[in-house]
Amino acid sequence: MGSKLKVIKQSGAYLVRGVTLLIAISILSFVLMSLSPIDPMRAYVQANPGASAENIAKMEEFWGLNDPMPTRFVKWGSALLRGDFGTSKLYRRPVLEIIGTRFAATLALMLTAWTMSGVLGFSIGCAMGLTQGSFIDRVLKRLCLIMCSIPTFWIGLVFLMLFSVWLGWFPFGMAVPAGVAAGDVTIWQRLHHLVLPAATLSFLSFANVALHTREKLTEVMSSEYVLFARARGKSRFQILRQHGFRNILMPAVTMQFSSFSELFGGSVLAENIFGYPGLGAAASAAGLQSDIPLLLGITLFSALFVFAGNAIANGLYVVIDPRVREGVA
Amino acid sequence: MSDVNIGPAVGAEVSSEGPGTPIEVLRVEGLEVAFSRYGKGWSRDRLKVISNLNLTVRSGEIVAVAGSSGSGKSLLAHAVLGILPRNAHTSGRINFMGKALTPARLKKLRGTRIAFVPQSVEYLDPLMRVGRQISPDRQAVLAAFERYRLDPSVAELYPHQLSGGMARRVLVASAVVGDPQLIVADEPTPGMSKELADKAMKHFRDLADAGVAVLLITHDIDLALGYADRVAVFYAGTTVETAPADDFDARERLRHPWSQALWQAIPANGFQPTPGHQPYAGRLPQGCLYAPRCPRKGHDCGHHAPPTVTIRGGEVSCCYAS
Ligand SMILES: Nc1ncnc2c1ncn2[C@@H]1O[C@H](COP(=O)(O)OP(=O)(O)O)[C@@H](O)[C@H]1O
Ligand code: SF4
Ligand SMILES: [Mg+2]
Repeated sequence: MGSKLKVIKQSGAYLVRGVTLLIAISILSFVLMSLSPIDPMRAYVQANPGASAENIAKMEEFWGLNDPMPTRFVKWGSALLRGDFGTSKLYRRPVLEIIGTRFAATLALMLTAWTMSGVLGFSIGCAMGLTQGSFIDRVLKRLCLIMCSIPTFWIGLVFLMLFSVWLGWFPFGMAVPAGVAAGDVTIWQRLHHLVLPAATLSFLSFANVALHTREKLTEVMSSEYVLFARARGKSRFQILRQHGFRNILMPAVTMQFSSFSELFGGSVLAENIFGYPGLGAAASAAGLQSDIPLLLGITLFSALFVFAGNAIANGLYVVIDPRVREGVA
Repeated sequence: MSDVNIGPAVGAEVSSEGPGTPIEVLRVEGLEVAFSRYGKGWSRDRLKVISNLNLTVRSGEIVAVAGSSGSGKSLLAHAVLGILPRNAHTSGRINFMGKALTPARLKKLRGTRIAFVPQSVEYLDPLMRVGRQISPDRQAVLAAFERYRLDPSVAELYPHQLSGGMARRVLVASAVVGDPQLIVADEPTPGMSKELADKAMKHFRDLADAGVAVLLITHDIDLALGYADRVAVFYAGTTVETAPADDFDARERLRHPWSQALWQAIPANGFQPTPGHQPYAGRLPQGCLYAPRCPRKGHDCGHHAPPTVTIRGGEVSCCYAS
């Protein structure tokens, strides 16, 4: 039918938008970084303290730092199109390779936090929505509101002090124990190092998810279609299953997917606090150390990541809501 | 359940005694509904919105409930179906088929012998297909659809895909799925064209003629008068008069000053509004609730609630009714 064609057309339009976005972001970030006071030679100088002025000038020539900006952009851009993101000055390895390994660690972190905040937030939100107005609801709601106003870094520091320093339950820093060969690291050790940063990161959004779910469920439970369902003899539990979940689960999931940008931003913080070697930590290191190729690579990659999250969110809307599917609402 | 699709056999139990010998299906006596509200801090108070409400509906008849907005019509419907919000408190008596309609009984009867017809498709979950939503019993749904000449494919549609005419029939069909003895319809016609509204009314008339008791809430007395047997007039949460529909033919045949005021507001009778407004639930006057607007008000009216008396085959709550 026509709706299938529509989906294909919409996906095509989305793809075009994604590509345009990436191009725009690459131009913008390239220009911004070129204009910024970041000295691209600093990383080199720091790595080679003994470098002579002549050597430095040579390197500048080699990296094309003396070319005008548009020329440099075209060089960088065409290399990008060939899949060459350049070499990190900080780690002295191809940018793409660094992003690859670092992203695996970050993905584990984000996925854990994302699932935790989603499941926890959704359950607490449901509990509040179903007991709306009760004592439990009011206490939980108050807590969530407080949680929302606490900054992530502060939660991270509290966790670090409480669980790592004081109680010694969790290690601080690193994705794996220090001094253990990468191949010998067990999954438990990995998980052990993941818990605190993931918990910190999930605290960023779970209260939000809970409040949002509560709002939605309250709205659904006081809706006219729930009133009519009760009049048709449906029990509370049946109503929750047939109308409640249907109407709030997918909005919650789509909201989770569209929260990728906050998630990524939060991971920069959490990884730095806990010294977790993910993409976020690499991004801030690259920024501080003037590692422009790496910084650009990560910027592009994170834009792609956030865009993918939003695309999934939009796609889900189309799948679940028959009105959106037919372009009615 | 197999008898659902045999047209007039709806309410088989009732019609087996013959539509000629009506039985009292619903009796509401001295109903009161109050809402508890949270004030400042932890204080609570009760807001009484329905008081001393009386009404009966017999098998085979349509009783129209008329009254301006906020007079408690929907609350009556919700009280009968037991779907009032949690902060509502009811007292008084509601009987169904001669026995008290307890919450336990309601649980069994709701959706089967007692059915609700809502106002519009807004009362259907937009994310759920119409057929499955009305009832999980597909056979019963299709049988009900057939009665109202709805194609079986309509069951697979989502609410927003229904046309106005289809929506009206789907909502009525949803009520007959469970073979009801009592149908409560809350303003089933607003926003409809005259033609569509007449068709909807015709459905209710047919159901009543087959022996179902129909409580028809409406703000459009003019329309209801053509189909109802009796009319209950509400004011500020109470019944002021219950009259045979024919009495609305002439102003003098009505018993209560508010019924007469409503009569005057009907377009054909001059379209005259009555000055003043219905009192707010929090600030009800002492004695007769209509006293502040009543042209016939006498000495007794402000002191105690007027008694309900039967005059010329209609019930009226007024000290000076004639
Ligand atoms: N949940 C509620 N809490 C407090 N007051 C309510 C509530 N629901 C209805 N009311 C009040 O009860 C009165 C009657 O309402 P309703 O039965 O909906 O009137 P209508 O005759 O228009 O259907 C109105 O004054 C309304 O404000
Ligand atoms: S009781 Fe008195 S005030 Fe009330 S309607 Fe009758 S005459 Fe009017
Ligand atoms: Mg109403």
